[in-house]
Amino acid sequence: MVFQCASVDGVDYSHAEELVAGQVAPHPTVVDGQVWRPRTLVKTDPRLMRLLETGKGTKEWSHAYDFFIALAACNTIVPQVTETSEQTVKLIEYQGESPDEQALVYAAAAYGFVLIERTSGHIVIDVLGERQRFSLLGLHEFDSDRKRMSVIVGCGDKTIKLFVKGADNAMLNVIDKMVDLGKVRATETHLHKYSSLGLRTLVIGMRELNTIEFEEWQLAYDNAGTMLSERSESLRAVALKIECNLQILGASGIEDKLQQGVPEAIESLRQAGIKVWVLTGDKQETAISIGYSCKLLTDDMTQIIINSNSKESCKSSLEDAISTSKKLISTYLGTENTQRDKESQRIPLALIIDGPTLVFILETELEDELYKLGTTCDVVLCCREDIEVIEIHKSHMLIAGANDVSMIQMADVGIGISGQEGRQAVMASDFAMAQFRNAVFVFMLYWYMFFSDVSLYNPITEISGLLYSAVYTALPTIIVGIYDQDLSSKTLLKYPKLYGAGLRDEAYNFKLFSLFMMDSIWQSLVIVFAPFLAYGRLLDDSTLGDIWILAVVTLVNLHLAMDIFRWKWNMHAIIWGLTILTYLCVIAIDTSPAMPGYRAAMRTLGSKLFWLLLLLIIALAFLPRFLVKTCSEYFYPSDIRIARELEKLGNQNEERSEVPGSPSMSHHQQELH
Amino acid sequence: MEAGSSSGSGGVPQPLPAPSMRSRVFYRFTQQNLPACKPTLTPVSVITTFLLIGIIFVPVGLVCLRASRSVVEIVDRYDVECIPEQYQSNKVAYIKDSSIFKNCTRYLKVQSHMKAPIYVYYELENYYQNHRRYVKSRSEKQLLYGLKYKDTSSCKPQELSNGLPIVPCGLIAWSLFNDTYSFLRGATVMNINRKNIAWKSDRDHKYGKHVYPVNFQNGTLIGGGKLNPNSPLSEQEDLIVWMRTAALPKFRKPYGRIEEDLNAGEVITVNLVNNYNTYSFGGKKKLVLTTSGWLGGQNDFLGLAYVATGFSCILIAILFALIHVKIPRPHGDTNFSPWNRKSNAS
Repeated sequence: MVFQCASVDGVDYSHAEELVAGQVAPHPTVVDGQVWRPRTLVKTDPRLMRLLETGKGTKEWSHAYDFFIALAACNTIVPQVTETSEQTVKLIEYQGESPDEQALVYAAAAYGFVLIERTSGHIVIDVLGERQRFSLLGLHEFDSDRKRMSVIVGCGDKTIKLFVKGADNAMLNVIDKMVDLGKVRATETHLHKYSSLGLRTLVIGMRELNTIEFEEWQLAYDNAGTMLSERSESLRAVALKIECNLQILGASGIEDKLQQGVPEAIESLRQAGIKVWVLTGDKQETAISIGYSCKLLTDDMTQIIINSNSKESCKSSLEDAISTSKKLISTYLGTENTQRDKESQRIPLALIIDGPTLVFILETELEDELYKLGTTCDVVLCCREDIEVIEIHKSHMLIAGANDVSMIQMADVGIGISGQEGRQAVMASDFAMAQFRNAVFVFMLYWYMFFSDVSLYNPITEISGLLYSAVYTALPTIIVGIYDQDLSSKTLLKYPKLYGAGLRDEAYNFKLFSLFMMDSIWQSLVIVFAPFLAYGRLLDDSTLGDIWILAVVTLVNLHLAMDIFRWKWNMHAIIWGLTILTYLCVIAIDTSPAMPGYRAAMRTLGSKLFWLLLLLIIALAFLPRFLVKTCSEYFYPSDIRIARELEKLGNQNEERSEVPGSPSMSHHQQELH
Repeated sequence: MEAGSSSGSGGVPQPLPAPSMRSRVFYRFTQQNLPACKPTLTPVSVITTFLLIGIIFVPVGLVCLRASRSVVEIVDRYDVECIPEQYQSNKVAYIKDSSIFKNCTRYLKVQSHMKAPIYVYYELENYYQNHRRYVKSRSEKQLLYGLKYKDTSSCKPQELSNGLPIVPCGLIAWSLFNDTYSFLRGATVMNINRKNIAWKSDRDHKYGKHVYPVNFQNGTLIGGGKLNPNSPLSEQEDLIVWMRTAALPKFRKPYGRIEEDLNAGEVITVNLVNNYNTYSFGGKKKLVLTTSGWLGGQNDFLGLAYVATGFSCILIAILFALIHVKIPRPHGDTNFSPWNRKSNAS
């Protein structure tokens, strides 16, 4: 946060010049023979400096004086003194809850109003070299309803002053416009200018309290402060009562630097097809300006701005906006009617709503319309930080610039990508495997029902059946689900559009589901009937059970293995290890003479017939699947598959030649951009 | 005003200090940065796979077929014809009447030379040994320990007879098959070896060497054959064979072994006793003589399946090769990606 511009007494001081490094302020603060310097230097406007130096005694000077006293006093900043390498110089560091306040106090210090000490009873400010002491008589904290904070101080000349600092609208409501209308109008112009530059604006005001007012306030303040219940409401009421008829002192503009990487991140998100909503407490102009600078809003977007000042106009604006957005989308439908075309070819839409409008919408329960409109737009900018907005849209895609603790608490994740589209399993094996392995098992028993006189006899030993779900096939599924990646993170960052596969339900949809089901039916048929046909009439039930469990585990794990995109040693270990473990377990279960299947497994595994049968089962079971997979990947490759091929090509090219711009690679890259 | 996020602190994660090999390996493990092998299905690999499968499967199938085709089998259904004329309309009454002699003579013609050992099986059809309640009606521990083992509730309803425990208990034992066969070649009786027809592991470890049949087949309802009360269970091979419940309703079980060759054209006389009642439920009884191959019996399925699968794979490989030549899709060409395909098509 950097203090950039000040509007004092209706005059715009925003041509800041760099303070030459090392140059101390004209009136260095000296305490006990040591020079105290603020830790951060702020750019200052030379005209304002000159006014403070030379204009003592004039009205302008006293207004500026009040302005800077307000900046230095109206906060909860605590100055901390630290040593430096030089003996005679100490640094003052301002600690506080919000960087905004820190910026303001540093700014005041740069202009010569250095906050030296703050206790619960008084504050000490070094004003242009002269030490001044103010007694702290009361503090009304900031709350999001009033959007102001105020402090009541007793000055050296026995006067009591109320300093108030707050958001534009909140302050302009309580400023007495009868006094100096011109100044107020000028300050409003400056505010507009600052916010168009993307600065966060604050308005400063004050009032001198006479004895009666002060005592009244003191009484009410003490009463409210000692109440046992509803203390905050009472304090707020007291604050509302005293914060009125203020005299405007000026306004400030603070620059909030964007974090590194924000524009790139937002652009990637938009390319991936994720709708971005930004909720901010800033003014609309500030928000729009910041929106452009972080690439949330771009020049090719059509902006739909809704600013209404009454409930009725709000409803009609919303309806207009909805029809506009529909019209804009439909003009680009053309002949192809697919979702994909709509998304890639139409003009992006941005919806901008300001705070009061949002209040109307929420009050008149037009949330559904808002949501409908919001989902057709690519970007939504709400200029009012409000918990209710998050609550309404919690089930939908949301990105919140997490500056507010209450917002973070309400949101699902800090940067939350949660929602219907996001929950798709992009890698089919994660989700479908669980279904597949159980489906095959169930279908097997179903077919056998016809051969066991519908008596539901399961030749697979109970223990094996339990272990099947819990161990044999569960662990490989879990490990693959955790560790498999279809593409490297590099590729995914490079092509955010790949995320669209999840949005378009490409990896798991009804068609795929029915294919999976058909495949599991086929595989279960193979597992059930092949032993019947191969062993013929000599087959006993224990042998059959063992053959089945071995075959089904082998098939299911091989099925999983066929789907793995990226083999790592731990996957090899788990999959092959667990399959071997299954065989060992089946043998182990058949070592007990008290079980009917005593030694059935050993006999089976020792026979050539079994191994030939197993090989046949594997080949037959996978034949249709392999065919379908090959054909679909050849004729209708998915984005992800092509990206994988590119990755592999890219690696080969990198290995082959050291030249960075090798022809085939750059050719592919050009196609994508 | 707002609870602050410090500006410019950035979110760049600090790289781990790389002190020891162990923590580096652990880091790669948890960050999923392990070295990996990334197979992709290229046309070449697919064609090769199919071709390989085909080339392996076809000869294997042919070998299996040769083995199964060399097995010689004689199957004779006798349950209908072994009932005398007068009882054909009431077979159940015939089979249940214990006063009638159930002897029957059959003649088997040997089609081609059969090399010893020749296995004799009895085959039953429509007999659900794999019915759930039937299969459960046995007690493994009792087979091993005899009367000492008391908890035989799984054997119900064949647990007690006249209040006394039955050894071996259960429906499976109770329904023991009891047709007998003897073979004559001309006038000479052929030697049939009735030992070692059951699983060795069952004989040695599953059936008690000191457990004798007690109170067996003593009730009013006769389910099948009787057992010699002086012979321990471990030597009652017919029982052991019968207790290995079959998986399908059509099954055959070993009866014995003939240790001589049979020549083509010979006629074997079979003197059988038609004791077992399969008439109440429409079952069939057959006598089977078969030589053995390394694959088991005369079962062409494996061989045929291998050959068929192998041929199909070769066909698919050829088809794929043709397609790849006619309609090539270069590796990694993004023109084929879905987000480009539609726009290219229009």
